[in-house]
Amino acid sequence: MAETTAATKTVKFIISRQDTPESKPYTEEFEIPYRPNMNVISGLMEIQRNPLKADGTKTSPVCWDSNCLEEVCGACSMVINGKPRQACSALVDKLEQPIRLEPMRTFPVVRDLVINRERMFGALKKVKAWIPIDGTYDLGPGPRMAETKRQWAYELSKCMTCGVCLESCPNVNDRNSFIGPAAISQVRLFNAHPTGEMNKEERLEALMTDGGIEGCGNSQNCVRSCPKGIPLTTSIAAMNKDTTKHLFKKWLGM
Amino acid sequence: MKGNSYFARKLHSLLGIIPLGGFIVVHGLANYQAFERGPEGFAKGVGLINGLPLLPLLEVVMIYLPLLFHGIYGLYVAYQSNSNTGRFKYGRNWAFTAQRITGVITFVFVFWHVYQTRLQVYMGKITHEELGSTMHHIASSPVFFALYVIGVLAAVFHFSNGLWAFLISWGITIGPKAQRVSSYICMGVFVIVSALFILSLVAFRGDEFNEVASAAIALLGNIG
Repeated sequence: MAETTAATKTVKFIISRQDTPESKPYTEEFEIPYRPNMNVISGLMEIQRNPLKADGTKTSPVCWDSNCLEEVCGACSMVINGKPRQACSALVDKLEQPIRLEPMRTFPVVRDLVINRERMFGALKKVKAWIPIDGTYDLGPGPRMAETKRQWAYELSKCMTCGVCLESCPNVNDRNSFIGPAAISQVRLFNAHPTGEMNKEERLEALMTDGGIEGCGNSQNCVRSCPKGIPLTTSIAAMNKDTTKHLFKKWLGM
Repeated sequence: MKGNSYFARKLHSLLGIIPLGGFIVVHGLANYQAFERGPEGFAKGVGLINGLPLLPLLEVVMIYLPLLFHGIYGLYVAYQSNSNTGRFKYGRNWAFTAQRITGVITFVFVFWHVYQTRLQVYMGKITHEELGSTMHHIASSPVFFALYVIGVLAAVFHFSNGLWAFLISWGITIGPKAQRVSSYICMGVFVIVSALFILSLVAFRGDEFNEVASAAIALLGNIG
């Protein structure tokens, strides 16, 4: 008997579903055969192949977003057992069952687990998270970056705009225009770059507008949730220092 | 909110410490005289404050206006936040929610407390020499005493935790180590300032404050 139960070991999923951006969410339960080393994505693929609910009735396949499958693109971010994280690196063996999947509702839900993270890209545009070197002639080589600085700046460059920090932040909601921790940390990254530094005031001034750095309420959930271990609260505090300095310099006309 | 919320939020953060935080500490020390030196010590402290030049102007500019801005803008800040302590059970996230709850409690408490004490002086119902006996009557009622303890703890937590956040918002404590050390210091501030207020509330329950009150009433009776 023991062998039979082992052979039919299953994985239970409770998935929050939503048919259109405006329609009401509902949950469906699934029970799929267990395979060794499964992750949440391979579970979703199994449901896609055979879209049967736990009670045996047919349903539409569950929609989700994924791309790299190695936790560097951020596309498959969703709320798994209450915590926002990437589905590709969420291993079934390490999760409590039933596994509960929900979309990150801080963002507009497109369908089922698919969300629209456009506001994050809008925030990157707002703070000018790039280095403007495009032009009609060769600008020549830029200044060198110290190796010690490059090492910590590299940690900030690991941000994949996945949205987990925004999902965990109590100040990112529809009553608040806060752009979220990710874009603030990107200002620190581009302001640390020797060429990017030449436009640092533009980025600081973008942080000193509505929904900018003032939106941070220091709950520090972001730094505890970031899958890439980016020191987001250190970035925010460093940008608080730089924006404060910039504020006084501007007032004093320096 | 019209205008740039960066300046409004920055001003809100600054006013919470200077002058309001400073005022809480001075107020706590003045009240503590009631515990350390009894009714005479407290009366001396009150007398010292009332002897300041341009007192009404100082009160309006240094206390009432900052208090109104910090309080009303603070309610808006609280309205703008969610609480997700159910999903993210981290100490700092609890402090984030507590900061908003204690802010609202403090807002109500401060209005009520100013009405019971300072406004009574302004309305001519009591003199500032009688504040000790006013406080004796408030602290002697178990319900008022409990409400005052809640109000005081909320206000002092809001100040101490706000001091920790102020140090981050102004870019003074940046790394996790600096923020951890400042959180210990702010916890110390919370314990010490709370003790000042609670010990003085306990002292106000003493009969000696009542005797001063009856003496004052008797004196008023003689004059009347």
